[in-house]
Formats: sequence, C-alpha cells, structure tokens
Amino acid sequence: MNQPIARLFGVIILLFALLIVFTSRWTVFEASSLNNNTLNVRTLLDELKIKRGRILAADGTVLAKSVPAAGNTWGRTYPQGRLFAQPVGFSIAAKGEAAGLEQSDGPDLRGVQTGLSSIFGQLSPRPVGDDVYTTLDPKGQRAAQQALAGQAGSVVALDPTTGAVKVMYANPGYDDNDPPTTSSATNTTFNRVTQGAYAPGSTFKIVTATAAIDSGLYTPDSLINGNSPVTISGVPLSNDGDKSWGLQTLTTAMTYSINTIFAQVAEHVGRPTMTEYMKRFGFYAKPPLDFPPFELNTSKPVAPSGRPYPPGSPNEDIGRIGIGEGGLQVTPLQMAMVAAAVANGGTLMTPHLTDRVVDQDGRTVKTIQPSVYSHVMKPSTAAAVTKMMEKVVEEGTGTAVQLGGISVAGKTGTAQIGANGSNLTQPAFVAFAPADHPKIAIAVMIDLSHGGFGGSVAAPIAKQVLQVLLADGG
Amino acid sequence: MTARNRELLGLIPASLLVTAGFAGVFIQRSNALSNVSLTYGAVFLGLCIAAHIFIRITLPRADPYMFPLVAVLASFGLVMVYRIDSTLARQQAQWFVLGLVLFAATILLFRDYRKLERYRYVIVLISLGLLVLPRLPGIGYAANGAYLGVRIPGLFVFQPAEFAKIGLVIFLASYLRDTRQVLVQGGRRFLGITFPPIKQFGPVVIIWGLAMATLVVLSDTGSSIMFYGGLLAMLYVATNRVSFVVIGLIAAGIGFWYLGTHIPHIHARVETWLHPLNPHLYHQPLGSYQVANAMFAQAAGGMFGQGFGQAALTLPSGGPLLPAPQTDMIYAVITDELGLFGAAAVLITYLLLVARGFKTAMLARDSFSTLLAVGLSSMFALQVFVIVGGVTRVIPLTGVTLPFISYGGSSIIANMVLLALLLLVSDRARRQE
Repeated sequence: MNQPIARLFGVIILLFALLIVFTSRWTVFEASSLNNNTLNVRTLLDELKIKRGRILAADGTVLAKSVPAAGNTWGRTYPQGRLFAQPVGFSIAAKGEAAGLEQSDGPDLRGVQTGLSSIFGQLSPRPVGDDVYTTLDPKGQRAAQQALAGQAGSVVALDPTTGAVKVMYANPGYDDNDPPTTSSATNTTFNRVTQGAYAPGSTFKIVTATAAIDSGLYTPDSLINGNSPVTISGVPLSNDGDKSWGLQTLTTAMTYSINTIFAQVAEHVGRPTMTEYMKRFGFYAKPPLDFPPFELNTSKPVAPSGRPYPPGSPNEDIGRIGIGEGGLQVTPLQMAMVAAAVANGGTLMTPHLTDRVVDQDGRTVKTIQPSVYSHVMKPSTAAAVTKMMEKVVEEGTGTAVQLGGISVAGKTGTAQIGANGSNLTQPAFVAFAPADHPKIAIAVMIDLSHGGFGGSVAAPIAKQVLQVLLADGG
Repeated sequence: MTARNRELLGLIPASLLVTAGFAGVFIQRSNALSNVSLTYGAVFLGLCIAAHIFIRITLPRADPYMFPLVAVLASFGLVMVYRIDSTLARQQAQWFVLGLVLFAATILLFRDYRKLERYRYVIVLISLGLLVLPRLPGIGYAANGAYLGVRIPGLFVFQPAEFAKIGLVIFLASYLRDTRQVLVQGGRRFLGITFPPIKQFGPVVIIWGLAMATLVVLSDTGSSIMFYGGLLAMLYVATNRVSFVVIGLIAAGIGFWYLGTHIPHIHARVETWLHPLNPHLYHQPLGSYQVANAMFAQAAGGMFGQGFGQAALTLPSGGPLLPAPQTDMIYAVITDELGLFGAAAVLITYLLLVARGFKTAMLARDSFSTLLAVGLSSMFALQVFVIVGGVTRVIPLTGVTLPFISYGGSSIIANMVLLALLLLVSDRARRQE
C-alpha cells in the first residue's frame, strides 16, 4: 500500500502549496489594494496609535491635545471647545474624518511616519507628532465671541503686514469635542469665515475705489454726478432713500456710500480692469490660506441661476458688482484680505494660520515665513484709499468704530437681501487700524438683520475686537 | 543516536521557541524582559521532558520527530494565544497538561491498539452519537450558525467533532481492512471505470450520507469536508483505485453544489466566500466581515509581518476587528504578526508532522495499522487545510480549529490522543523491523 500513500502525500503537499499560494496572494500580490480598501479600517487604527502633537494659540494656550484612549490608542480633546472650533477643526481618526487645522496640518501633527520607520516601528518608541503653534490670539477670539453675542455672523482679523490670522470666529459654530454630523441652527461645522457666501454690499467699494484710482482714471477728488436714479445695465439704480447728491468727489461718495457714483465709476473703469483688480485681491480663486481646500470657498459673482460667472464674463453687471451687488458672493476672509491689502501699502500678504512647527524636543522644525500673495496697487493708491476710508470712520457711515486716540480706516456695507421692499439686510464692516501704521485688518459680516446697517450693527463689533487686539499689542 | 535521544534533542528548539516567544510578547507589552518568560519556558520544557521520559519507557522505538514537532506547534500556539489573551493562555496551558494526561492514558490503555478493532461498531456508534449531541436541546449550542459545541452548564464545554474524527478513522481502518480485497475484486467494470460492489460499498455510502447530514443538520461544513476527505484518502490507500476517489469526489461535488445552492445559510457562506469585499455583505450580520478582515490582517502582515503583539485585533470601541482571533482566525493573526514567512513556516511544520504520520503508515506491517495511520494523518492534514483554506479563501470559511495552535480544550485533548495513537502504531511498526 506504499505507492498510494506516497501519492496521497503528494496530494497533501499540493493542498498545502495552495494554502501558501493564497497566503502570498493576500500578503504580497494583493496587499496594497487590500490595505487601501475603503472597508479596511486598519490604516485608520494605525493613525490612532500615533500621539498627535498639540495645536496651540500664539500665546501658548492649548487648543488641541492628545489623551490616552483604550487599547494603546490616542484620542483628541479640545480644551477651548466652541471658541476655537472653526480654525482648529477636529480629527476623528477612527472614522477618518478631520477638518480645520487638524486636517491641513495633519502631516506635521502626526510627525513624519515614513515606510522605513514603520518597518522599524517595533524597535523605536511609539510614534509622536510635532506641536503646531498658530497665529491665533485667544483674547481677540474671545472678544469676537462676546461681541457677536450669539448672533449669526463672522469675525476675521489679520495682521496685514504678515498675513497672520489673529481671529477666526463665527456663529453658529460647534464644539469640536463633539462635532455634529448634521447642521442645525445652533450647531454646524460649516465655517462661515472661509465658506460663507455673503453679499459684501458697499464694503466692496474699497475694491472699486482701488481700481478707479490705481488705473489712473480717477483721483479721490474727481467729481462725479451723484443723482438718483441712474440707469445701470439697462435697469434704474437708486441711492439709499432715492437721494440725489449732485456733483460729489470720489472721497465724499465713499464717506457716505453713494451707490450711483460707484456704479458709474465701475462701468467707466470697465469690466477687464475691475476683473484684474478683483483677481489681485484674491477673488476668483480659493483663498490662499493653509486650510483644508474643502473648507475654502471662492469669492466671485454668481449668476441668478446659481452658476458663477467666468471672470470678466460679458453677462456680469459690472456696475452693480462695483457696489457689491450683481450676485457677488464673498467670504469674510476675502473682505479682510481686501482691507489688509490697502493697509499694507498695496501689497497683499498670503494669509496663514500656522506660525511654526515644534518637535517634542522643543526644536522648531518649520517656521512659516510671511509671503506676498500679490501686489494689488501702488503705495500711493493705498495711501489715497486709506485716507478715504479714514473719512468714513471720522464723519461718514462708520463713526461707530471710532477708537478715540487711534485712527481707524473702514468701510460699511449693508446689503439688501430677500424680496424687494423687505427690510432684511446683511450688515458688514471692513476696517484696519491704526490707519497710519496698520497692525490689524478686520472683517465683520452679520448673516441677517431687520433693518440694521453695517455702521450700526457690524461696526461696533469690529470696534470691540480691534480694541482688544490693539491693546494686546496687535 | 537512538530514536529517543533524537527526540530529546528535538525538544530543545521547542523550548527555545516558547521562551523566545514569551520574551517577545513581554518586551512588546511592558518594554521590559521579565523572568516570567523564562519561567514559562522552564515549565514548558519540564512538561515536555516528563512526556519524553514517559515515551522513552513505554514506546522506546516510536517515531522520534512527532512529539518535538507537536511541542513546537503547541508552544507556538501557547505564545499566540497568550499574546491574544493571557487568561485564555493559562487555560490553554491547563488543557495542554490534561492533554498530556490523556496522551499517557491512551498509551497505557491501548498498548495493543489492535484490540480497538473488536469494538469498531461501538466506536462508530459513539462517534455518531457525539456528532448529533450539539443538536440536542439543552446542551447543544450553535456558533455562527453552525452546531459545533456541547455545553454542560457549570461543568464544561466541548466540541464532539474533534473526538468523533478519531472514532470514525478507527472504524474505517478496521472496516476497510476487512473489505478492501472484496472492494477491488468484486468491482464491476463499466465504460472502462471500475465501480465498487454495492454490498461492501454500502457503509462507505453511509459515510458519504453522514458527511452530507453533518453539513445539513449541524451546518458544520468544516467537519464534513474533513470526514469525507479522510474517508476518500483511506479508501484510496486501501484499494489503490483512483476511480473510487473520482466517483467519490463527483458525488461530493454534486452534494455540495446542491446544498450550496439550495440551503440558504450554506448559500450565504458561499456568497461571503466569493464576494467578501461587497459592502452590502460586509455590513450584514454574520456577513463577510470576518473573512474580509482575515484578508486585511494578512495584507497588513505582508512578507515579514508586523512583529509579535503588533496586530490590531479590536476596534477602539472595544468591538472585534478580527472576530474569534484565538480560534478560527488564529492563522490570520499569525500571518499579520509573522508575515508570509512565519505562516509558511507553520504550514511546513504541519507538513513535516503529516509526513512522519505517512512514514509510520508505510512502515506498519498490517493493513489496520497502515490505514489507521493514514486516516489519522490525512484527517489532521485536512483539518489544517480546511481552517487555513477558509481563512485564506481557498474554500468557504468553516469553524474548525487549527490543531495544537488554536485555543480550545477539545482540540488540544483530541489531537493529543491522535498523537498517542500515531506513536503507538509507530512503535509497533519499528519494533517488528
């Protein structure tokens, strides 16, 4: 019976060879597709074993830190909760979900985990990520929260000379220790500062004034007819209260926010030049912030159909865009960048939230250097526009922001929303201070007001935040 | 060198392995090498030497490699189970001690194992009785839809199929020894194929029916494949007729095809085997979650593995990432931590043990001994194939244990008895030389 036994053993060797072939199939030949399969949560679990670094405010306040969790893993906790939820975001490694700096600074927070170090991972100590210091100012952040006092809206403040974001706060927000999965009136992960689609209203006149003066077509003293109504793109446009102002300078038109003058100026400057200046300010492109792309919206004019106009489209109503209407939708961050560009002598610095990355031994491994986003206008233009904006605060629509000893340059905006004749508005205020030596550029945009104006609703909020930030040394 | 001295030397690698393995797990756990790992190694070595001395006295000429190979597998299993759950490892060690006691008892009681032949009908009836026990109300219970276990509340839990396989092999070895001549000579040739005579083939057909019934009544596909494969292996060795095997495989193929397409829960098993990464099946209760994660675990291991103690077994919520890691899925854990090379080493160790079993069958002088050794070795090899094949998706996953490595008292004890029988056959075969 020995021959059949030998053959039988041959069959068993074949069966075992089959087992080794299939084991090779999963461990080697199909390993990468299995590792990347969406049902496979192991990659996410590996993530959980990494002690992510902390996220800190500019003054060292801890905004996010890792805490030990079950089974050799790490969880994430956010000591400041709602106050910093929008910029900091959240990270739920087990679900592969992240937002805010937790997402965009993920590689630094995890530290560099290369393939080689994972091979020797068993020999090395547990993986630890680096700390990320942000540019955020907790006092300013708290001032924004208090000044908004619960009403829906956004506050964003930058250092115009570096692009450092000092304040990023919006209502409604959320507690990043417990991110909501669906948005409600009080809880949402939607970040109005970078994703919101506000009508800028008259705050956009800063852009129009810049284009008008920098192109050489106008000076602050150019006289323009401010009668009401005028026909813009074939449709009559009226001033507030249908007031006819007669012949006025561009400066006066800015001070009292005269719509008919700015609409005519925008039409005269022309679509190509207006589009060029808008692009220099950052419109028509995702904001250049170090933030997750899915949380950044482009500021642009949108057709009534809901589709954005291509830049320079002949269908745009450039006259109404010149006064912040015509379907223009902006993020508060974009309007803060507008103020910052004027404040910084016409040079727009790239906004950034990350200041530096520090490893566990205290060595600074990366520092974010200020970088120029674009040269928007000549310094002389910036000086002229600054003067015009100062007038707004001294005697025009923005007097509510006056800070006593410190001169403020600003511009109000009160966009009509809803049906014609309704008193629903989106008040806005864009400013920088001190006007002669700017340290802070700020944009405040309020979602909804019943008859409120930019000067009465948004400017006082900007004032409170500016006071705190300037007292804090800017 | 005598056989027994070779056996003693063979135990050294087993002890080194268990010491090194525990040391590895301890270092991973606490970043410190404690003397506990050395204690484990020493205790294990002590047990093995005790068993070795026992074999030296009772079966001096038995195969010298089988026991060390089993010691390697058992010690490796102990380390793996310890790494998964240290409480289970302590129980596993106790089962191992009890297994050694039954090993010794088997050798003492059946010095002349041929007297087992006298009781073959009693043995087969007991085996069949054992098989239906899990279906009896009150004591039987199901796991993952298969009736595999018996639970006497407060006393013990055991898996009767592990013991039934030995009984069935004894019966078949004895039965085929009597009828093999008739099966060969009484066969009729039809269309060039030799068909066995119906009368003598009857009991074999009954075994076929039994395998199918096991599948239908107990949903225990794994044992079913194991029993039926074991039967065909013994039938082939007894008759040297490939045609019988082919007929048997066709009959089984038809049976499995019919049941796989007509019985819903078996059909579901086949579906999860074919499409484990289908998201719908993956999220279904008792769906393909386990099979898919077995594949993911192997992929995580790669060529060299992640290292002892590095495999992810649970979700942060505490839920299982790899269900049943200490039993059905232990091969996936091994591959995850030791990689393709570690897994292949384990399979080769099994193959060496099976080779020694077949060697024993070749050396045996009487048909009963040969068939017994062939049956036990094939059954053992098939058990490895069924569970590893299930984890690696060669065949649908079914719940049998990986012998000597998986956690489980029944498995350890039954396989120690199996080893005792193989050593008894071996000792007699070599004594006559």
